[in-house]
Amino acid sequence: MSEHTVSAYDEELTAMAGRIAEMGGLAEKAFADAVSALVSQDLDLAKATIKSDERLDGLYHDVEVKLIEMIARRQPLGQDLREITAATRIANDLERVGDLAKNVAKRVIAIDSDLKSKKLAIGVEHMTELALSQLKRVLDAYARKDAEAARQVQEADAEVDAIYTSIFRELLTYMMEDPRVITQCVHLLFCAKNIERIGDHATNIAENVYYMVTGERLPEDRAKVDETGAV
Amino acid sequence: MNNMPNIEQANTMTESKISANKVQVYYGDTHAIKDVDIEIQPRSVTAFIGPSGCGKSTFLRTLNRMNDTIDICRVEGSIKIDGEDIYDPKVDPVQLRAKVGMVFQKPNPFPKSIYDNIAYGPRIHGLARNKAELDEIVASSLQKAGLWEEVKNRLDEPGTGMSGGQQQRLCIARAIAVSPEVILMDEPCSALDPIATAKVEELIDELRENFTIVIVTHSMQQAARVSQRTAFFHLGILVEEGLTEDIFTNPKDKRTQDYITGRFG
Repeated sequence: MSEHTVSAYDEELTAMAGRIAEMGGLAEKAFADAVSALVSQDLDLAKATIKSDERLDGLYHDVEVKLIEMIARRQPLGQDLREITAATRIANDLERVGDLAKNVAKRVIAIDSDLKSKKLAIGVEHMTELALSQLKRVLDAYARKDAEAARQVQEADAEVDAIYTSIFRELLTYMMEDPRVITQCVHLLFCAKNIERIGDHATNIAENVYYMVTGERLPEDRAKVDETGAV
Repeated sequence: MNNMPNIEQANTMTESKISANKVQVYYGDTHAIKDVDIEIQPRSVTAFIGPSGCGKSTFLRTLNRMNDTIDICRVEGSIKIDGEDIYDPKVDPVQLRAKVGMVFQKPNPFPKSIYDNIAYGPRIHGLARNKAELDEIVASSLQKAGLWEEVKNRLDEPGTGMSGGQQQRLCIARAIAVSPEVILMDEPCSALDPIATAKVEELIDELRENFTIVIVTHSMQQAARVSQRTAFFHLGILVEEGLTEDIFTNPKDKRTQDYITGRFG
């Protein structure tokens, strides 16, 4: 894409993409730290993660103000309009990812005991790896303006959903076996749900990247695999 | 819901009001318009956009043969309105221009009273049999142009004494007075302030119920606000034409993309 006649416009767009990338980095780290604190019951890391969300929130407000300013001053059209609306939505998704990570970190403090099951910890870690890799890939797709990569991220969300369903089943079994672990299991269930939601946000971002690049809607034809309603 | 046609289908189903085919315009040796094909839908607003000198005004002027007044100008190809070739030797350009009215960049009221500005066209075309009928045409034209309340008590004052925005709406009322079917507007708001512009845009939106409107504008925001379809011209070529929302959010041609996003070198 050639450059704008008004060069300050290009600078603003580049700066905006940079801020989104920075938000993405912070959200990824918060999320990885929160789950690592959960699995290893690291309360200090949990507290640091809660604290770090302030920076992400601050950055989000900054991005939001800049985006509104750009709409008012530049009256973007075409590709620019799509980039600016996509950035607005992606910033929103990343801010939510930060909130979900913070919520997981808070539950680490609430649980404050070792996980009952090694298998469960592995399940949660695996799901996190997948969701995190989804988030990384979609942020790369955004930076490279790669519609095909974004489409693949959308497709892969089914896997995260499938693991979530199996964790849900497992937790249910533990709770039925031993009512004393119900509190811990409910917290874990919310954590798993939060991780699953991060996958959903990655999918949202993928849809926005696809629209930003192509101007077309990414077809939402994938079957929902969250089967916990039927368990 | 299945049997409800979408807008795109509905548009292609209606018969075009204006149908241009392989239109060429030459000014002497200069080939100003090259191979333009376009279908203009009835009772809708079509905007022509493009950089200065791209040929959008030249093409607009072919639609009511305003280029006939320029000696060195030559038009080839076919332009049909309601299926009739407007360049057919049997067509009287004066009658054509009554059917296809025009509003210009700079408001150009006659140095006459407000009343006579409107009454001029109907008089020369013999549209009124008596004073009462003429009064009726003047009143209804000013009403359609949203100007009646502002001028009804000073119809005998000169049109040139009005504000710029009022003068432009007077020119639109004057165009309406001869009951045209098509109204061509060549940058009608470029000399107006934002409030007068908004009034003209509101008027354009109302007029599209009864008229086919083609507007040339340098303001992309204006094209986006007032039109249903937009055509982008560049170097005498019609680069892209489509639904206004598509042209401004997802244009197909790189030249259109560059122009609407301010990237033209």
